[in-house]
Amino acid sequence: MTQASLQATTPERADTLLEVRDLSLDFGSPKGRIHALRDISLTVPRGRIVGVVGESGSGKSTLAYAIIRLLAENALVTQGEIFLDGRNLLELSPRQMRDIRGQRMSMIFQDPMTSLNRVLSVGDHMIDIQYRDSAPKAEKRRRAIEALGRVGIPDPEDRIQNYPHQFSGGMRQRICIAMAMLVEPALLLADEPTTALDATMEVQIIDLLKRLQQELGCSILFVSHHLGTVAELCDDVIVMYAGEVVESGSVRDIFHKPGHPYTQALLQCDPGRIREKTRRLPTIPGNVPNLLNRVPQGCIFKTRCPYVFERCHEEHPPSYDVDSGRVDSGATHTARCHLRDPAEASRDKEEGHLVQGGNEEGGRP
Amino acid sequence: MNALLEVENLKVRFRSMGMLRALATRTSDPYIDAVCDVSFQVRPGETLGLVGESGSGKSTIARTLMGLNPAHSGSIRFDGRELTDLSQRSYKPFRRDMAMMFQDPVGSLSPRLTVRSLITEPFLIHGIRDRDRDVEAKRLLEMVGLSEEFAQRFPHQLSGGQARRVGVARALALDPRLIIADEPTAGLDVSVQGEVINLLARLQEELGIGMLVITHNLNVVRHISDHMAVMYLGRFVEKGPTEEVFYRPRHPYTEVLLSANPEPDPDARLERIEARGDVPSLMQRPPACEFHTRCPKAQEICSQVDPEVTTAEEGHTFRCHFPVNTPEDPDTDTVGAGSAGRSSRPG
Repeated sequence: MTQASLQATTPERADTLLEVRDLSLDFGSPKGRIHALRDISLTVPRGRIVGVVGESGSGKSTLAYAIIRLLAENALVTQGEIFLDGRNLLELSPRQMRDIRGQRMSMIFQDPMTSLNRVLSVGDHMIDIQYRDSAPKAEKRRRAIEALGRVGIPDPEDRIQNYPHQFSGGMRQRICIAMAMLVEPALLLADEPTTALDATMEVQIIDLLKRLQQELGCSILFVSHHLGTVAELCDDVIVMYAGEVVESGSVRDIFHKPGHPYTQALLQCDPGRIREKTRRLPTIPGNVPNLLNRVPQGCIFKTRCPYVFERCHEEHPPSYDVDSGRVDSGATHTARCHLRDPAEASRDKEEGHLVQGGNEEGGRP
Repeated sequence: MNALLEVENLKVRFRSMGMLRALATRTSDPYIDAVCDVSFQVRPGETLGLVGESGSGKSTIARTLMGLNPAHSGSIRFDGRELTDLSQRSYKPFRRDMAMMFQDPVGSLSPRLTVRSLITEPFLIHGIRDRDRDVEAKRLLEMVGLSEEFAQRFPHQLSGGQARRVGVARALALDPRLIIADEPTAGLDVSVQGEVINLLARLQEELGIGMLVITHNLNVVRHISDHMAVMYLGRFVEKGPTEEVFYRPRHPYTEVLLSANPEPDPDARLERIEARGDVPSLMQRPPACEFHTRCPKAQEICSQVDPEVTTAEEGHTFRCHFPVNTPEDPDTDTVGAGSAGRSSRPG
């Protein structure tokens, strides 16, 4: 892309920090190409927390790694753009990208055990991450201690000399957050930061992220499969299924009036939402489609969708505005489902059997 | 009905340092108590849920029941027979009746064996030669809802949910009377989690198996267990009928744990009762009530006097000086009732 066209396509909206446009990504494998992400578009406004939910294999982590460009070597971006502050990250040289990582953008990983180097002390980690800064080491150390205190590590002056194994899982994740926040990034990518933690630690980390976000005013892209933490933390939510964004909207839109059958099914399956005690939990029958070498024609969710009709098999649904049913950009709550098309309005009334309640046999054959 | 499994005052200790080091540092008691004075029962056809954070000793209990760790004191009776003083050799027949499902669904299956070998291996181990292994493999696969063709697959060819099912099939091979399931839904997606829970519930109904389910997922415990016990640093802090514990938690830790369960509803971001800090290390077990270092209600006595086990209602016990949600307390429905009463919105 030339400089001129880059200018022309730069997002105009001043409050947009990150914009991903029509991103598609393949993974090479000995058997062929896996179409892991297809036509992903999303925006992260400044100062907002955007959640990415989906089950394993939906591509939500791949998306986060694509944004920070830490993908495996067999990954190939086939189309699309990722703008941060109006610069297309995919056109940057590795060196330029390095300047952005740990400066404008930082990341917290799923497993706090493996994301810290066990032969370096916490202080080494925290001083190293400020390598770009020319401040004297004592100053960096002071900042590190302050950051540790801010994320709730008791006695940071003493604990800074400790090694990762001397901390519990929750504490290690706090250290990772302190490191990520130390560079005061504009965008923080959090890839399932609470999955490896216990419930009481999980809520502490969520509260910490919320507080730090308010203090620093950064944006967070929060990747999680845990609906509860997403509802708790995020302002906007993107629902992914098999490499596609099937629905996006504000957290209330998604949780209170989900527009896509997959989102509806996902919410119904969460035992946390089932108030009555039951011994039979709902499930989503069927399997995620195989994305090797081909993408199924039509809607990606058609094989498991209870409302499926002819059009779903032939035509890949565009992102409909859930309220108006129009297909144009600018809608805040969109879903890739033909049922949202006003032309299909009569179908929507039919009560389908969304998830399979009380029968596990419908699951994986 | 008589209890299938009866555990009384079970204590499990591990050595925390070598003899020389203990001598050198003058440590008179170089042990840590991973499980402390734990008592419970499991009846046939009934499920006991064991919840608690990592390091609370849940899995240690499971391993001790299976005879994989020695018990320090206390008793474990299975079907009226004492197990704690058995040798490894005489333990073996009991492992036919008690089956264990291990935590990691794929990791607990040997990568070199086919599903057929994996699920019929128990017959070899227990020297049962009079059964056709192919027929048995087919029967077991059918029982857990997998098709016959899975018999020839290897563990890496299975999804998480399928691997779990193979784990269940393997546990069922010898017609056990008790299943110990260690985190049966950990690492599974919500859509698959339901399948595994439903499978266990169905098998329990059909076969009348007693189950001990260990999990940190409160939503799961709520739906599958009849009774539940909450563990903290190796001790049961509260135990009782599941509904009762959810509706009216009496121990502050249970309350904290229940309120730490994020609601999948953005409008339900509620005031939460939080525990300060981290779970202490077992090496530095706090004196008296273990939870006093983090407890929102802790007072001086909590660090000095061991709390007694108190019975609230029938079968509902807790161990705390300052229980919450007491019947006299006007502000009874803080968490349990609050979250139960929060309406479920139409999806």
